[in-house]
Amino acid sequence: MNKLKKITKMKLFLPIFSMILVMMINVIYDIASGNAPLSFFSISINNGILYGRLIDVLNRGSEVAILAIGMTLVVSASAGTDISVGSVMSLSGGLCCMLLAGYGVTNVSEYNVPLWVGMLAGIAIACVCGLFNGFLVAYMNIQPMVATLILWSAGRAIGLLLCNSNIVYVRVPSFQFFGGYCGIIPTPILIAAACVAIAAIVLRLTALGTYIQSVGINKKASRISGFNSAKIILLCYVICGLCAGIAGLVATCRIYSADTNNIGLNMELDAILAVALGGNSLGGGKFNLAGSIIGAYTIQAITTTLYALGVSSAQAPVFKAIVVILIVVIQSGPVKDYFKKLSAKKAAKEAVQA
Amino acid sequence: MKKKIALLLIAAMTISTLAACGNSAAEAPASTTEEAPAAEEAAPEEEAPAEEAAPAEEASTEEAAAPAADGELIRVGFAQVGHESDWRAANTKNYQDTFSEANGYELSFVDCDNDHAVQIETVRGFIEQELDYICIAPIQSAGWDTVLQEAQDAGIPVLIVDRAVDADPSLYTTALGCDMIAEGEAAGNWLAEYLNGEDANILVIEGSVGASATLGRTEGFNNIVAQNSNWTVLDSQSGDFTQAGGQEVMESFIKSYSDFNVVVCQNDNEAYGAMDAMDAAGITYGVDGDVTIISFDATHDGLQYTLDGKITCNVECNPLQAGFAEGVIQKLEAGEAVDAWTLVEDEAFVAPGIESQYAVTMSQEVLDGRAY
Repeated sequence: MNKLKKITKMKLFLPIFSMILVMMINVIYDIASGNAPLSFFSISINNGILYGRLIDVLNRGSEVAILAIGMTLVVSASAGTDISVGSVMSLSGGLCCMLLAGYGVTNVSEYNVPLWVGMLAGIAIACVCGLFNGFLVAYMNIQPMVATLILWSAGRAIGLLLCNSNIVYVRVPSFQFFGGYCGIIPTPILIAAACVAIAAIVLRLTALGTYIQSVGINKKASRISGFNSAKIILLCYVICGLCAGIAGLVATCRIYSADTNNIGLNMELDAILAVALGGNSLGGGKFNLAGSIIGAYTIQAITTTLYALGVSSAQAPVFKAIVVILIVVIQSGPVKDYFKKLSAKKAAKEAVQA
Repeated sequence: MKKKIALLLIAAMTISTLAACGNSAAEAPASTTEEAPAAEEAAPEEEAPAEEAAPAEEASTEEAAAPAADGELIRVGFAQVGHESDWRAANTKNYQDTFSEANGYELSFVDCDNDHAVQIETVRGFIEQELDYICIAPIQSAGWDTVLQEAQDAGIPVLIVDRAVDADPSLYTTALGCDMIAEGEAAGNWLAEYLNGEDANILVIEGSVGASATLGRTEGFNNIVAQNSNWTVLDSQSGDFTQAGGQEVMESFIKSYSDFNVVVCQNDNEAYGAMDAMDAAGITYGVDGDVTIISFDATHDGLQYTLDGKITCNVECNPLQAGFAEGVIQKLEAGEAVDAWTLVEDEAFVAPGIESQYAVTMSQEVLDGRAY
């Protein structure tokens, strides 16, 4: 009994519970349709690569997971969201492909400039976008959503200009590698894992995490106690831009082309949802990075589940909405309070009986 | 110092932002003072249907007909869907080439980036600028009545191009485009001929939900499926007309269904993604493989895959539609009546070594002879 209580009180209990809930839908479906009950979880090596729906979830969820890192920090420090990340993804991919292919060229099979130049430029422009957002929020005191709205609309448009409104293909194996397979493991999984690991180590080994949370809880008090609040907020936006840049390059390498119209489309919403599903308050302050990452993969698990269930594409958004509502309600304050009261009553009854 | 750098950065971002806006805004012509009054004069006289509206003003000949005679340009607005695929890029380029200044046109081209609201606003902008003609490639078919009425009230002829709208035909001048249902049926007819009675287990990667290309191609193909009792459509999911979408859907299909022999992709980009997914899973496809791929759009890259025998059949949706639109506009300029619907002719292409009564067999010459 006590053990159960301990588990349910853990910070990550609800995000993990939500994810298991989503996966259970598959188990129920598989049993109902006469498949092996755990076929959703089976992983095998097929054609020399890891193969299975769980791998799909991890692979396809990479971009949102990477975005969720930056978004968590931004939400925590500035009590606002960066809605430009999807556009910035597209811009970073667009610039990278434009450099690798040369301006106005739509299809190349060898690099115009070395690969690292293109990649670095893509990430650099994303960091510049983060710097721009951060400057507006931290130093100009503009509402985060309004400040990032500028690049939300302009980022993709600049990407379009860079690519001359074309889809630019870079058909070079070393470019495709970053969206393909590294040995038997999909490379995006490794990139996402590396990003999460670096973020976790930096936040744990330095006091940055504490600084960010204290700025988020009370900006003025933090400044008085000696933190440079504005600088910390700026840094969070730059990290968010960096994450968007990396995610953009992953999405670009997957399809070895800069499809600026579609890369990262609406992904800012997924990133924000991931932060919320992770049990973080969008009002800033304390944050839980692991929760956000789990939230990101939960979103992808929903999408993959809908494919697995064969829900028709017209109805899929409705099912997705229902699942999201359920998860958010389970994590909401009133529901938590209700369960707390329920267990308190039970405890009281037991006490009386005893 | 730091502040100066920050200021510089802001300036740079602002300029690039403006430049991006310029993409659509700057091309929109600042209406010259001479032109504007003429158009205003023309408008009140026009209570008549849109067909006769702006162009053929025999009545106010000197003023309104002057533009063409003086060598002034016919101002055409084109609200394009976006540039989601190579097909769209070819379509855009065709419009830009056809409605060039050398041909006597001034084209206001706006890429609406797949955003319905932006497209409505774009058309409103065209009406405010009092352009001579408006071409709309509708992103979605519903929700057009109000703005079409506004255009009609302003006396500007509207051409619905490429895709269809759910609006009273009296609200626009004419429509032109491919027959999507016929394309779906062409693919189905070819498949029946190719399989020659064999069973078919079919997976469909649809386009964007609700797009008329998706609806038409699905309906047309399903018409033929219904005629073949040994064909089964195992599943049908949307890949949003993108390569990433096609790849993700195909990855999932491969895990759900082990026994399929036909994959229908409703555009070429989805087919590229599906091929990547099958490559990764070690499934063979194409003329020599286990799976037959049917694709639509027949872009240059897509036909290259057909020539290589990977996409076995590729049904064209002709993107070179600007010539048809120009024909309609020329007729309207001359004051002639135009048909309510102009069909843009399509073709289908099959991999080398296959002969079909429904399709052209691909060869290098066919590919080189293509205009896009």
